[in-house]
Amino acid sequence: MTGATRLNIGLGLALVAALGVAVTLGETAFSAGQYAEALSDPASGPGEVLWLVRAPRAVCALLVGAALGLAGAVMQGLLRNPLAEPGVLGVSATSALAAATAIVLGLAAIPGAVESAALFGAAVGGGLLIALAARVRAPEALILFGVALSSFAGALTALIFNLSPSPIASAEVMNWLLGSVENRSWVDVAWVAPALLIAALLARAAAPGLRMLTLGEEAARASGLSMGRMRVLALAAASLAAGAAVAVAGVIGFVGLAAPHLVRAAVRGDPGRLLAPSALAGGLMLVLADLMARMLPTDQELKLGVFTALVGAPLFALIAWRAAREWRL
Amino acid sequence: MSGLLELENAHARLGGVEILKGASFVVRPGEVVALCGPNGAGKSTAVRAALGLTPLTQGTARLGDHEARRLSERQRGERAAYLPQDRSIAWNLPAVEVAALGAPFLTGEAALERARAALDEVGVGHLVDRGVADMSGGERARVLLARALTVPAPLLVADEPIAGLDPDAQLLVLERLRARADAGRGVLVSLHDLSLAARFADRVVVLDQGRTTAEGAPTEALSPSILKTVFNLDAVWLEALDGPWLAARRLSPHG
Repeated sequence: MTGATRLNIGLGLALVAALGVAVTLGETAFSAGQYAEALSDPASGPGEVLWLVRAPRAVCALLVGAALGLAGAVMQGLLRNPLAEPGVLGVSATSALAAATAIVLGLAAIPGAVESAALFGAAVGGGLLIALAARVRAPEALILFGVALSSFAGALTALIFNLSPSPIASAEVMNWLLGSVENRSWVDVAWVAPALLIAALLARAAAPGLRMLTLGEEAARASGLSMGRMRVLALAAASLAAGAAVAVAGVIGFVGLAAPHLVRAAVRGDPGRLLAPSALAGGLMLVLADLMARMLPTDQELKLGVFTALVGAPLFALIAWRAAREWRL
Repeated sequence: MSGLLELENAHARLGGVEILKGASFVVRPGEVVALCGPNGAGKSTAVRAALGLTPLTQGTARLGDHEARRLSERQRGERAAYLPQDRSIAWNLPAVEVAALGAPFLTGEAALERARAALDEVGVGHLVDRGVADMSGGERARVLLARALTVPAPLLVADEPIAGLDPDAQLLVLERLRARADAGRGVLVSLHDLSLAARFADRVVVLDQGRTTAEGAPTEALSPSILKTVFNLDAVWLEALDGPWLAARRLSPHG
């Protein structure tokens, strides 16, 4: 068994354990009898709490985290840059802009409208990036374009707040932008799961090209692999994954940046083999983060996006400190 | 005999500046061709153009029996191995996995097998599992050469493969390229060390301001008059223990 396989199995087992804990623990403490009731009769009171409230929420956290971890790993490989993350190319921002627009227009009541809008926004952002990447190859140019796209979409989102006639709609958008998997149902799981699956397949097809890109653009172009095809696959995978995450949970930072770094050393830096463990690590991070966010004794439940940034930023500084020695940044 | 690589009257522009203004050369199986010229002569651009990586505004570039720019990526990869000047490696992969990138169409184990053999061949067989970020610049250069040697193609194109290497490593790299040619493959190598070019190449192509200005057996192509006009050197070829050696001094500033 290779090191990467062992890592994936280990992360998978940790994920199952984390899901178990996330379904078991909650604000309402149950007795042993109530747990037994929940397991034997899912329609009972405790059963509904476990299977219709906690379970879909935990699975949503898992899928959103996995999507962010995957998108981050693809971005870092494509841009050959350990600082890249799903947000850096502006796809999260265009996705959030489209979702915010849908909310302000009062479409949130229509099931799936905000989710569809977020995916549409991601598709527009991703499409622009793919069109640009067909013309310029320098990763720096792509990053600069992404920064511009991100700023522009962010400015338009701010404009929505600015011009919004109703403070209630503004608050709703704000609340959504902070990022959360609170009150998510199996319907949300059904939204994010297929998108993540397609993104994973696209990313997998891009993996050999991402690995080849380790040698730099010039050597990779003459290697025999199609770098143009790889770029389209990678950008489509990252955009779809980032869009799916935003569609279900709003904007959640740091997971996409940090997850690849947690597992990079274990796959010896290989950007192709990094994809699966980075997705698993992202899922694990978000399940645990959501568990902690809802278990903390605060009056108002901490928003997941706020929590990941609060915990993630110092943690990431630590990872960066250690990794800097590892790959001599 | 037809060439593995043929650049004919190539013109190319980069960022609005005409870099190639009539570069021509051929590489045939079994020979080492050294591409020499002062800094800015267009050597790297000529190499890229020959591989079909830089578009030509005039002239042709052929790899085997096809025009280079019409080849698919896969066809290009099967015709030529390319060792670019840029030695940056983005991630800290172990040496053997970097070398194995030379054979992306082989199965994992077969590619690793070839990679280990190539690393042995360039004298870093003991570093197969070392991360490339934990290596010296010279070791990394050898790993990248091993990557190029792993490519199962009839032609090897190396852009300044000995720049920045110690004398022993320079000789080792050129010996390996020579051995490739002696085994029937074609080698195109751009070099600044004219003495080493004369010792290891069958033919030298002199590029000056984007044009091929001389071509032939090393000491003929690098004749005293070419050395003077192209390289600004007052130089003579001496016969040393292991081949020709260039004794040179700078000419006083142009004119």
